[in-house]
Amino acid sequence: MLDNNQLLRFTTAGSVDDGKSTLIGRLLFDSKSIFEDQLEAIESTSKKKGHEGVDLALFTDGLRDEREQGITIDVAYRYFTTPKRKFIIADTPGHIQYTRNMVTGASTANAAIILVDARHGVIEQTKRHAFIASLLQIPHVIVCINKMDLVDFSEEAYNKVISQFEEFSSKLLVKDVRFIPISALLGDNVVNRSENMDWYQGAPLLHTLETMHISSDINKVDARFPVQTVLRPQSDEFRDYRGYAGRMASGVLRKGDEVTVMPSGFTSKIKTIDTFSGEVEESFAPMSVSITLEDDIDISRGDMIVRSNNKPEAQQDIEVMLCWLNNSPAKPRAKYTIKHTSNEQKAMIKEVLYKIDINTLNRSAEDVEMSMNDICKVRIRTTKPLMVDPYRENRTTGSIILIDDATNETVAAGMIV
Amino acid sequence: MSKYYLNYLDELESEAIFVLREVWAQFQNPVILFSGGKDSIVVTHLARKAFYPSKIPFALMHVDTGHNFPETIKFRDDLIDSLGVRLIVGSVQESIDQGRVAEEKGKNATRNALQITTLLDAIESNKVDCAIGGGRRDEEKARAKERFFSHRDDFGQWDPKNQRPELWNLFNGKQFEGEHFRVFPISNWTEMDVWNYIKRENIQIPSLYFAHEREVVWRSNSWIPNSEFLKLDEGEEVVTKKIRFRTLGDITITGGIESDADTVEKIAQEVSAMRQTERGNRSDDKRSETAMEDRKKQGYF
Repeated sequence: MLDNNQLLRFTTAGSVDDGKSTLIGRLLFDSKSIFEDQLEAIESTSKKKGHEGVDLALFTDGLRDEREQGITIDVAYRYFTTPKRKFIIADTPGHIQYTRNMVTGASTANAAIILVDARHGVIEQTKRHAFIASLLQIPHVIVCINKMDLVDFSEEAYNKVISQFEEFSSKLLVKDVRFIPISALLGDNVVNRSENMDWYQGAPLLHTLETMHISSDINKVDARFPVQTVLRPQSDEFRDYRGYAGRMASGVLRKGDEVTVMPSGFTSKIKTIDTFSGEVEESFAPMSVSITLEDDIDISRGDMIVRSNNKPEAQQDIEVMLCWLNNSPAKPRAKYTIKHTSNEQKAMIKEVLYKIDINTLNRSAEDVEMSMNDICKVRIRTTKPLMVDPYRENRTTGSIILIDDATNETVAAGMIV
Repeated sequence: MSKYYLNYLDELESEAIFVLREVWAQFQNPVILFSGGKDSIVVTHLARKAFYPSKIPFALMHVDTGHNFPETIKFRDDLIDSLGVRLIVGSVQESIDQGRVAEEKGKNATRNALQITTLLDAIESNKVDCAIGGGRRDEEKARAKERFFSHRDDFGQWDPKNQRPELWNLFNGKQFEGEHFRVFPISNWTEMDVWNYIKRENIQIPSLYFAHEREVVWRSNSWIPNSEFLKLDEGEEVVTKKIRFRTLGDITITGGIESDADTVEKIAQEVSAMRQTERGNRSDDKRSETAMEDRKKQGYF
């Protein structure tokens, strides 16, 4: 185990027959992450279903209904480790009705793998997936052009997909896009370099995932520390201890830093940054620590400790790209509970500015009813100010969810503009 | 200049601590489900870290099937003492005596499914609104779809097709009277991560995890320990083997593997070369292809 091994989270998106499950099965199989009893189980299921050989795709089926219907219903998480990195795959269903699952999987991902069938090129679903990757600001996008074996491993077919993708993605905000020609079924360019595509000079998929630079994926500039809870041990040894427990959302805080507590605006200095293993000089995202201050200030859950010279905006009216996740449509001017970092307030959707057609990326200001899977730009008013940053600068302090108080369900996810 | 990124174990630890603190902030009466197995021991260790210098603010809840490894119970009681936390025991034997459940019959009868009733009764009678578990998504295919904050209705049931979406790190623990949550802080850990962490943190675990001589019987492809609860079948024979356990559960269904690994280092090494999943030796999971999903829907751990 190398001490510096990082964790990379990626999401996979593809249409129904793009070979997404086969690709995941291949990654797990070739990286030796599938165990014998799991392999035996899918071997016997493959036989029962009359498949020739082992259907690696079966490995990703989980729930009874999924196995029976041969579809993926919910986000499933898979894990594998190589000598270079630990990986978490958020495997999301590709059907149109499951946009909400894709958004969920994308919300914490460092990278998105978008699968394109080399025979069909970029289709509407590809655009939808790329749009969601851009909306959720996934830092890296890898377009895997799959089934190259069915187009004679032709460079032309590969180049065609690239130009199609680039043409439409110029409208999107994706910083890092790579293209890899693969055959998930045969294993070309997944873990091992393809012997059938000499013309491709780039790295295979796994090597790309193992080496891409992800340390800058988290904002390390703006120090934001949302307070989760206050630690007040009632022991003799720590009689006067008052520690603010939380996880760094972004940036770096050091002992001695001049800080401001939002929303009260009180200022102080960081006295100590504590962990179970002892004091540390500095903390950075995503470390969980406990912070003590020089002055006795009233701080509680929902407050945010920030550096005095770099503060988020305290806002009660926010503009948000909202993805609706619930079967019941949004109720106009209804009140919801809004969650933003550790802060919770009541909120009202004041106005729907426009809805985005995620197939054409066109905006419509006429049809503004928000139903399941709709993505709209809205204006939200909260009862008390939230300490926000734009989502494109900060995925943690720029994101919110809405909860319907009548059902307690999470009904929408939003990215602050 | 220092590096501004965490290695994967530190990141997993920080995530788990964040989740545990959210539990404390969002619920009135959370408990840690403590089985004496390595996963619940790791969760307890993480809770200690999350609230330091305060004590762990949760009680530990143990669902006791009555078919225990004596080593597990001793380990549990010692840990409770050293942490100074409260222990709540839900007893399957009591559920049987009260007529809440009936013992399974037949050769492969176990008390595995019976635990569900005892667990849900203990949750209800102690007014627990959140039970923290050591479940991991890599363990089993139904668990791969589990949320960090997993809602249970007032019958304690899980509805896998209707789970609340969970985005970023915004956890929704809102519930109505009578409902509760299961929370899994080490969702993203694998068996290997758990062992590497136990090694790094020098966490004490029950001796059963280390290779030791033991009387066992070969059944359903694994070594089932001899105990007062074991009924021998024809052709079965008690032998002494050097074995260790990869998971700990009810003594009647937890199979051991032959091993010489008697230190955490050796176990970690053995696990990294292992070609069978750890639940491969759990006969409770082998009853059908969706055995775990079916039990989880009813309220299992």
